[in-house]
Amino acid sequence: MPPAPTEAPAPPGQAVNADAKADAARRLRRQRRLRELGPVIGLVVLCLAGTWLNPDFATWDNAMNVLTRTAFIGIISVGMCFVIISGGIDLSVGSMAALIAGSMILVMNWVAPYVGSPLRAVLVGMVVALVLGAAFGIAHGVLIAKGRIEPFIVTLGTLGVFRAYLTYFANGGAITLDNTIADVYGPVYYASWLGVPIPIWVFAGVALLGGVLLNRTRYGRYVQAIGSNEQVARYAAVAVDRTKILTYMLLGMCVGVATVLYVPRLGSASPTTGLLWELEAIAAVIVGGTALKGGQGRILGTVIGAILLSVISNILNLTSIISVYLNAAVQGFVIIVVAFLQRGRR
Amino acid sequence: MSLAVRFSRVVKDFGPVRVLHGVSFDITPGRVLGLLGENGAGKSTLMKILAGYESASGGVLSVNGVPSVFASSRAAEAAGIVLIHQEFNLAEHLTVTQNIFLGRELRKALLLDESTMRDQALQALQEVGLTVDPDTPTGELMVAEKQLVEIAKAVSRHARLLVMDEPTATLTPTETTRLFALIRRLRDQGTTVVYISHKLDEVERITDDIVVLRDGQFVMHGLTAEHTRQQMANLMVGRELSDMFAERVPASDAPPLLSVRHFSVPGWAHDVSFDVRPGEILGFAGLVGAGRTELFEGLIGLRSGSSGEVAIAGHAVALRSPRDAAAQGLSYLSEDRKGRGLHVQLSLQDNLTLMDLDRYARPLLDARSQRRALEGAVKEFGIRTGDLDIDTGSLSGGNQQKLAIAKVLQPGPRVVVLDEPTRGVDVGAKRDIYFLVQRLAAEGRGVVIISSELIELIGLCHRVIVMRAGAVQATLDARQLTEEELIAHATGTH
Repeated sequence: MPPAPTEAPAPPGQAVNADAKADAARRLRRQRRLRELGPVIGLVVLCLAGTWLNPDFATWDNAMNVLTRTAFIGIISVGMCFVIISGGIDLSVGSMAALIAGSMILVMNWVAPYVGSPLRAVLVGMVVALVLGAAFGIAHGVLIAKGRIEPFIVTLGTLGVFRAYLTYFANGGAITLDNTIADVYGPVYYASWLGVPIPIWVFAGVALLGGVLLNRTRYGRYVQAIGSNEQVARYAAVAVDRTKILTYMLLGMCVGVATVLYVPRLGSASPTTGLLWELEAIAAVIVGGTALKGGQGRILGTVIGAILLSVISNILNLTSIISVYLNAAVQGFVIIVVAFLQRGRR
Repeated sequence: MSLAVRFSRVVKDFGPVRVLHGVSFDITPGRVLGLLGENGAGKSTLMKILAGYESASGGVLSVNGVPSVFASSRAAEAAGIVLIHQEFNLAEHLTVTQNIFLGRELRKALLLDESTMRDQALQALQEVGLTVDPDTPTGELMVAEKQLVEIAKAVSRHARLLVMDEPTATLTPTETTRLFALIRRLRDQGTTVVYISHKLDEVERITDDIVVLRDGQFVMHGLTAEHTRQQMANLMVGRELSDMFAERVPASDAPPLLSVRHFSVPGWAHDVSFDVRPGEILGFAGLVGAGRTELFEGLIGLRSGSSGEVAIAGHAVALRSPRDAAAQGLSYLSEDRKGRGLHVQLSLQDNLTLMDLDRYARPLLDARSQRRALEGAVKEFGIRTGDLDIDTGSLSGGNQQKLAIAKVLQPGPRVVVLDEPTRGVDVGAKRDIYFLVQRLAAEGRGVVIISSELIELIGLCHRVIVMRAGAVQATLDARQLTEEELIAHATGTH
């Protein structure tokens, strides 16, 4: 080999490079921990502020009240968390809840005389709610996975469709549950067990199941893999379409469960039922540290996000700094600010 | 006049990965410089820094003696430096004229001055010897024509230093010859040309000087005429080629593990038949776009409308998805590591076990046994990482590729298809991967290697199938394997 006219410079010290590597890895980990802790810090700060603004805030009753109200959105958020991690979105959950609530009430009123007891009618109603939720979710999933339509478009469409059908069934007014059935059904929302209201128990159960499903099962891993990069998942022999359909179905069932808890509260459904729930559910997931672009997310974060949002509205209720009417505006601002903080570099 | 460019200790980091380790050399004005190096040597990154697409993490780039930092490709263009990408940067829906003037449209008052732009475009096209209507949408042009449009675009921007990244990857020999004539003409008019390629015969034909990079470091700068192709290859690889491969073990005569008959993928592959025997390494050579990747994507059920007979270990199978393929013992590793091979944001462990999660579910996933699998794979495949908990994207290209190969081997396939297994990988990792491929074959698996690196096909394979325009052009066995033979069949000039 002829001698090279110019000489190569000495390679840079390997130690320097290794140090830089370790530094970068540490920085990344710190960033991630901050993202996980962010919602918790936010919630603590809010609670301190609430206590300072109104002494009634830090009472057991108020805490139970806030958590019970969180339950509906919280349960839907758990399902939403899966959908968002998979790289999708569901804008229809509020309308879906309204339609399920209306359908459920109509079925219970109609079926009560045939099944003999109001209790049985309530059970039938619950089954109807879950089946409808699952069916709507499957429809979304099939259109998105097999039909290859953007989830945004599919669920924007059904957002309109679901609410229009409820309005049609209700003739523009309200669908109301018969009193005898409402009396039997009431405890599902109002009763407590061990001093804690039923909806909170259900919320906790759903969240726990969601956590196990996401972190400890094949299905959960596939959801993350698809959201992180669908092509890679497909090439790695993951059943992408089936997993997506299942994910929207689970969200539908979560909406069903939330509706089952919600109906006994007012005993009626109207065109304003579940209005803007999609905003709250998506906000809870995002505030909880799940990136909207999918791939990774946390159920616990989502639960904290949901609680954080209802604490905000609770504080608005208890104090008069900002009008209660601006609740949705505050939630809207929160979601934008959090998304701003989460945005990746470049 | 021409530009004199000097790199002094240029460093580039992508996150924690350092891809350029202080590179220093000069580009002599008015000459054609061949920039040589294997995949992952840092050629493209260095040129992107020169052309303003990337910024250096350290070191100095001087143009005509003035230290310069180009914040964007526009800034580099203003200085007369233009990079023509391997995948072209043309807006397919816009016309040739619109593309040539994209971002610097001429105006008459508030409106576009269409006629002047058209005239100037026509002039630039003439200069590069392309006769197309400047009002044609670029999407309708052939690849070679698109490339000439790119060069015309550069010419119309008064480029004084032109960087061409693998310009002949998709060209026929005639088109290549025409391109070389154009490059010589540009040089004689005073333009400096940097020519990136790993086709050494072309480097020999067209360049005046060569610079060799290896693993992000400068190796040497010299006159092309003073180096033989063998010497260039050895400089790129950094060791004698024979040292890169293990002893070749003959394949067995047992019946084929994978048998494909009359397989077609609409638009890409037509009536392809081949067998892979146990212990055999079968290569697939061909130009970009010859349909090799698409053939195998069709085989594992990723392309609808594919037809043909496939048998694995003698049993006819219908593979409708990669899932079916994996279940039948056929694994495919994509050439597109970041887009299709690995989840770069997920952990090493999640990536490794994804294809075979069932093994770790009882029914809940057992994190500890997955961890053991990762520890085993790190040892077995020589994946170098200090920390098992980092994101996969923080690994170097070579270690990512080893992880990707470990991943597709998790389900225990009988036939492994590796598409461009050493793309973007440093020389050390390359050698590891070659030895691994040969070990897989020695274990009695069938291995298919799709590769554009002729050296690796020649060094590894028992047989090589050359594809051209979607059809099998030739099947060469080890004794017939030479670069000339492969290129001749791939380009249809045999």
